[in-house]
Amino acid sequence: MQQIINFLIRYKIFLLYLFLLLISCIFTFQSHSYHQSKFLNSSNYITGSIYTFSDDITSYFGLREENNKLVEENKRLRDKLFNNLVLSPALIDSTSVDYEVIRGRVINNSYADQRNYITINKGENDSIVQDMGVITDKGILGIVENTSDNFSTVQSILSDKSNINAKIKNSNHFGSLVWENTTDYNVVQLIDIPRLVPLTIGDTIVTGAMSSIFPENIPIGTIKRFDLDNSKSFYFIDVELFNDMTNIGTIYIIKNLNRKEVLELEAETEAND
Amino acid sequence: MINNTSFLIVLRFILLVLLQVLVFNKLNFFGYINPLIYILFLYWYPIKQNRTTFIILCFFLGLCVDIFSDTLAINAAATVTIAYLRPTIMRFVFGVNYEFQSFKLNNSTKAQQFTFLALLIIIHHLVYFTLEIFSFSNSLLILQKTIIVGIATLILGMLFSTLFSSKKE
Repeated sequence: MQQIINFLIRYKIFLLYLFLLLISCIFTFQSHSYHQSKFLNSSNYITGSIYTFSDDITSYFGLREENNKLVEENKRLRDKLFNNLVLSPALIDSTSVDYEVIRGRVINNSYADQRNYITINKGENDSIVQDMGVITDKGILGIVENTSDNFSTVQSILSDKSNINAKIKNSNHFGSLVWENTTDYNVVQLIDIPRLVPLTIGDTIVTGAMSSIFPENIPIGTIKRFDLDNSKSFYFIDVELFNDMTNIGTIYIIKNLNRKEVLELEAETEAND
Repeated sequence: MINNTSFLIVLRFILLVLLQVLVFNKLNFFGYINPLIYILFLYWYPIKQNRTTFIILCFFLGLCVDIFSDTLAINAAATVTIAYLRPTIMRFVFGVNYEFQSFKLNNSTKAQQFTFLALLIIIHHLVYFTLEIFSFSNSLLILQKTIIVGIATLILGMLFSTLFSSKKE
């Protein structure tokens, strides 16, 4: 017994080091495969407030650019309106609406890591919950991962954990959008498209209908280069994003009002198998 | 005197975390170079202090940066590692005389300070990027990032340590 205690005292620094290293490694490997820990992320009160403070200062430098973006988006929407590409307001009543849009701002953005997260200034008080889709005026951005009262973190599409259903516009062949070449932050990869699908460089990629997170036909990017993968039966497609991931200000969070029903139904079907 | 030192350490802790997350994490020089400047905390930390406190403090330093940048808990693991290895590195760089009462970082030569900081940075970045990328097929990427980001951290670290070093008598 005495010897054990002596041993512990002599190596207490080393044991402390091993203990702390073990804790950090457990955290790391958990975040590799599951959602982040609930409290230790940048959506908590302290980090959120500090990032808001810093964003309040820096956002002034991009106001003109931000305005131009919004005017550009308004123009696009008006084009659609005047050409009757959207339903007239009388047809849109609250019972036939599937999606609700909440606006927000990015207060912290990262794109140089392997798993990038974006912090936004909307949280549970604005009825944000996990697994809502986040888009900008140009295209998709990511999925809400953690929420606190006033802030949320968003798992960016620039993350090796990200996997989003996407399809080729006008042909409905769908695949998965992943980020494999993790050094290039303007290019993501589309996999699992069968080789019989005709492709051209410059084709538009949009979100698919298989997801209960994003509505169909939200723009993602254009085909930059494509090649067959190792099995020679599927394409491996480089998609150049419409979004400039380094410069994001205003965002929209999409709430799918039918998501609960869809998930319940799917769970029920699986349980019956 | 003791209070003065602890106050300085706490102040350094807070300022370095804020500097790291608000300035250097957003630098993205050439797309991915974000110098991890908060390592200077370990470079400046007094030598004759309790090692247990030092390691725990370094763990929380890494954890704070992790919480801000959503990289749980890569920074903590890397920082704890160099905190544990710091006495070994110091013995290697400064020889046995660093254990004497009169030893001060400012009294050592520029070359010694440089080697000390460089060794801290290399070990830290190697652990950091290994854990971040975590695949042996990408070991070239790990080395590339370690070297390039390490050089950036080293240059900025030397600049900062020269700027804020107390004057030699």
